[in-house]
Amino acid sequence: MLKQAIEKLGNRTIQGVWRMGFAMRFFVTILLHSGTAFRRFGLTTRELYFSGVLSLIIILVSGLFVGMVLGLQGYETLQTYGAEESLGILVALSLVRELGPVVAALLFASRAGSAITAEIGLMKATEQLSAMEMMAIDPVARVVAPRFWAGVISMPLLAALFSAMGIFGGYLVGVKLIGVDEGAFWSQMQNAVDFERDILNGVIKSVVFGVAITAIALFEGYDAPPTAEGVSGATTRTVVTSSLVVLALDFVLTAFMFRGIG
Amino acid sequence: MQNDNLVEIEQLAFGYGARPILKNINLTAKRGQVVAIMGSSGCGKTTLLRLIGGQLKPGQGVVRVAGEAVGELDQAGLYRLRRKMGMLFQFGALFTDMSVFDNVAFQLREHTDLPEDAIRDLVLMKLHAVGLRGAAQLMPAELSGGMARRVALARAIALDPMLVLYDEPFAGLDPISLGVTGNLIRRLTDTLGLTSIVVTHDIHESLKIVDYIYFISDGVIVAEGTADEMSASGLPFVHQFVHGEADGPVPFHYPAPPYADDLRLGGQGA
Repeated sequence: MLKQAIEKLGNRTIQGVWRMGFAMRFFVTILLHSGTAFRRFGLTTRELYFSGVLSLIIILVSGLFVGMVLGLQGYETLQTYGAEESLGILVALSLVRELGPVVAALLFASRAGSAITAEIGLMKATEQLSAMEMMAIDPVARVVAPRFWAGVISMPLLAALFSAMGIFGGYLVGVKLIGVDEGAFWSQMQNAVDFERDILNGVIKSVVFGVAITAIALFEGYDAPPTAEGVSGATTRTVVTSSLVVLALDFVLTAFMFRGIG
Repeated sequence: MQNDNLVEIEQLAFGYGARPILKNINLTAKRGQVVAIMGSSGCGKTTLLRLIGGQLKPGQGVVRVAGEAVGELDQAGLYRLRRKMGMLFQFGALFTDMSVFDNVAFQLREHTDLPEDAIRDLVLMKLHAVGLRGAAQLMPAELSGGMARRVALARAIALDPMLVLYDEPFAGLDPISLGVTGNLIRRLTDTLGLTSIVVTHDIHESLKIVDYIYFISDGVIVAEGTADEMSASGLPFVHQFVHGEADGPVPFHYPAPPYADDLRLGGQGA
């Protein structure tokens, strides 16, 4: 019994390592076959529409609400210290440094990542990728790479929009509803937010998340067993894996970026 | 070197992992012929097609198309060869995000620098050949199974290939579409000077249109000959296949322990 359990565990570990190896090789293959995605940028533009533009609504609406909640909660806390005029700083920094990239990435994984996996998985199941190969057209260059770069480009833009909407939401609640001084709200924010330390680091985070989510979504789709359960399982794995990877990467990146900075 | 055989397969063996699928296959397809590969479902017919198309590499033996050993080509060589091959997939495998027109135009746009006017003419000619010029602007989801198969055929011949591979072109078609598809395969082969390899288990449609038939069972070729020879064949496997008998050399039962043992009838029988 025990021997069997250990064997099973070992087997699963080996399978997992194999899969990670395949995923890394797939990632390198995408990078090597990226020429077409830039030479014929029309292909990438089309995917930018599907993963970027179509994600706008969920990103903008969520950003607004997250910002509004930050405004309320922040005011409650700051008020006890008599520091409610710093609400602008609190809203802006938490969005630009953390919530913008991370929440936008989680939403992007469930909105665009799952769509990418399902689409590629079904293209594989209906032999469209095979057909392309038989026409002497490399599906990685023609189908996969444009989707990858579209995801990498749209992720930081979506995160930026999320943060902007969030700050606007915080402003609505803090200034317009509760009545924090408008001048203090904006000027304190302007003084406290540093371009390199806060904004640039946020952009770096969102680019890294974009790479991770899109690569995972594409790999899961390309690797999905060509059946109904296969594609549905792969779609679920995309959302679960990329969400966990985003949160883990966020910790690592934050540790590097903000260690020892007040 | 130009010779009569476009496709030559010698002593080919192939397996997935430890499970052998094909053992010692020898097969040739002459230029201009329609060759059928037949056998029961799951006997390795589609695998054989993928070996000819270079999507799989042979375990042993050699597959030659136009004198080139397919399994030994690198990706560039393989892609060069595939531009001269067309393949019709089992359910068409049309690109679902493109119209019928764009599906047929796909290879022309990817592989040639032809102006859009010329592409339009070529695509309409190919669609006309399969009788679907009027359907050019439809999306694949709006087509019936038979129409999708014909669009896929138009797409497969878009670049005027020398060889067209068909994976179960008759599967799931009504009798009219079946006849239409069969006739198209024959007519396109003759008028365009193609060579066609048809993998199928539809014996009656195939006997009408093919020049030569190979029967595969258990990974080996058990019979071969012209359509007439096969209709008249006395070989048990061919007879069973042609007449659709449930039991024979291909058993009805999947290998199993004796029935009585399985039902736990103890010493009473078996």
